[in-house]
Amino acid sequence: MDEKKNDYVLLKGNEAIAKAAIRYGYDGFFGYPITPQSEVLETLAVDKPWETTGMVVLQAESELASINMLYGAGCTGKLAFTSSSSPGIALMQEGISYMAACELPGVIVSVGRGGPGLGTIQPGQADYNQAVYGGGNGDYNLIVLAPNSVQEMCDCMGKAKELTFKWRVPVVVLSDGVIGQMMEKVLLPEYTPRRTDEEIHQQCPWATNGIGLKNRHYNVHSSLEFDPLVMEERNHKMTEKYARIEAEEVDYEYYMADDAEWLIVAYGISSRVGMKAVDILRKKGINAGMFRPKTLWPFPNRVLFDTASKYKGILCVEQSEGQLVKDVRIAVEGQTYVSHYGRSGGMIASPVEVYHAFKKMMEESVNSKKGYWIK
Amino acid sequence: MELQDIIKPENKVYGKPSLMNETPMHYCPGCSHGLVHKLVAEIIEEMGMEEDTIAICPVGCAVFAYRYVDVDWIEASHGRAPACASSVKRLWPKKLVFTYQGDGDMACIGTAEAIHAMNRGENIAMIFINNAIYGMTGGQMAPTTLMGMKTATCPYGRQADLHGYPLHITDIAATLEGTCYVTRQAVNTVPNIRKAKKAIRQAFENSLKGKGCSLVEIVSTCASGWKKTPQQANEWMEENMFPYYPLGDLKNTVE
Ligand SMILES: Cc1ncc(C[n+]2csc(CCOP(=O)(O)OP(=O)(O)O)c2C)c(N)n1
Ligand code: SF4
Ligand SMILES: [Mg+2]
Repeated sequence: MDEKKNDYVLLKGNEAIAKAAIRYGYDGFFGYPITPQSEVLETLAVDKPWETTGMVVLQAESELASINMLYGAGCTGKLAFTSSSSPGIALMQEGISYMAACELPGVIVSVGRGGPGLGTIQPGQADYNQAVYGGGNGDYNLIVLAPNSVQEMCDCMGKAKELTFKWRVPVVVLSDGVIGQMMEKVLLPEYTPRRTDEEIHQQCPWATNGIGLKNRHYNVHSSLEFDPLVMEERNHKMTEKYARIEAEEVDYEYYMADDAEWLIVAYGISSRVGMKAVDILRKKGINAGMFRPKTLWPFPNRVLFDTASKYKGILCVEQSEGQLVKDVRIAVEGQTYVSHYGRSGGMIASPVEVYHAFKKMMEESVNSKKGYWIK
Repeated sequence: MELQDIIKPENKVYGKPSLMNETPMHYCPGCSHGLVHKLVAEIIEEMGMEEDTIAICPVGCAVFAYRYVDVDWIEASHGRAPACASSVKRLWPKKLVFTYQGDGDMACIGTAEAIHAMNRGENIAMIFINNAIYGMTGGQMAPTTLMGMKTATCPYGRQADLHGYPLHITDIAATLEGTCYVTRQAVNTVPNIRKAKKAIRQAFENSLKGKGCSLVEIVSTCASGWKKTPQQANEWMEENMFPYYPLGDLKNTVE
């Protein structure tokens, strides 16, 4: 098949990530194998983009190395990405914190599996906290995109590229083993050429690549600062930037929610299950709809807060013991009842299960004037 | 004759490399770091590589190397400079890319990154300041601390049963197929400074010419960590470090 043409192709989510990165003009990939995302590097190795677009592909010795390769790439103004899964992303946290501190571009694809620990290689969404709240040290945020289809895996690579340079914040594409492994039809983007050295120099005057040094002060990327006042000032600046991102980049969508009295909140693969559950609920005459955050940070707090009183109850569906649900509760601020249904350890909720959990939530919400934590 | 009469361009016998700026160095008196910085600055200037150098400094006393030499710098996290340099060099193949690390940084927390960057034959130059101690954090035991040597975390001296043995990472480096040049130098005397400069220059040229990975170990002093005067530190290094870490080339496949 001639992939140069803009035709639909049937791909796994992980393959779509690799092919999209080549087409969006990424400069490099640095990663270490781990299930369920190894197809990213495998696809790149088969496609050999270094012979076509000039993209560098390197299997690193560890995720520690991968993230520090991404750090180096970002420092010099290049667009690189890495890809891993739960324990691998855990190893990257120090480097991610450094990237956030130095305000560097870079894209981290996280294809979640069940945890904690080595956990399972089956799909999971228990890395919401890891992506959104981070395991790295210090006050920082990452932009977190949550695709729910193979097409969106592909599109997110374009969106991540745009956002990471626009804001100089590392972007996480938080996926899971289902979307990574399942096959769907995808329309791949047209080829965008990689930026030339001159373009990088123009667009990234902060980059440490030596270009034009004779006519400028030298550049440094360092997160070290011994003066507490200067360090605090740096943090304040980042916080201000994060506030602007929160104002501009929140993304979400609804499903059947115009007249809904009851709501499911779900992201990623759980939103696919959630839509089916809404269909069942509607058939049974229940006015249910779904709200799906497409950015997990910035989180759609505002819209959830503003609309919460419309709903008699909210059920958060996720493949974890309860992570997203905490952000929903923070957003809703007690205006309505918020409950959680999750499977974990590699299990995926079926739409029928969610239907039953939803009915339970509806019953609970009626008698519940108490806090959700009182069992 | 007045001092003013002597200060004339024609009487100049020694100059600071122009890439070295006026920022006062934070290094202790007698520390090897400052001298090696100067050599690095001189060499980049002599090679005319100011606009084509990407320098990567460590976590350790040299964390602030970027304050002193006017080229673009990346401050890598503890031990990861070789990983960082690997991507930088692959993405900017025409640049001179070098790392500058201490023994804790390169031979302990970052051993994996160092070994694998060397073994992949990354076209980078690695400068390795071996002062057998963790200078920055206050003189704790390093992987290269000598047997019997006292540090804050082996106050009765390094003992094999408690602490294991000094790591000969440079000897390991010489066995790796990806390295083209592995050498051990010092900056304790003028002749040694000259030799060290030649070695660093060769490593830099290897990076530019894509010959593979070069490692230049500098057996160094840490007067503060060793609790000695600068002069005692130099003497102690000659008596104790040099027999254990002998100077000279371990490997050179480029010549
Ligand atoms: C992840 C991490 N662990 C520990 C430290 C603390 N730390 C800073 S420098 C250093 C040792 C540096 O020793 P060496 O590399 O020998 O450099 P020197 O100061 O002797 O030149 C340590 C342990 C750190 N900054 N980061
Ligand atoms: S502590 Fe040691 S290595 Fe650090 S600056 Fe002082 S002498 Fe140099
Ligand atoms: Mg040291």
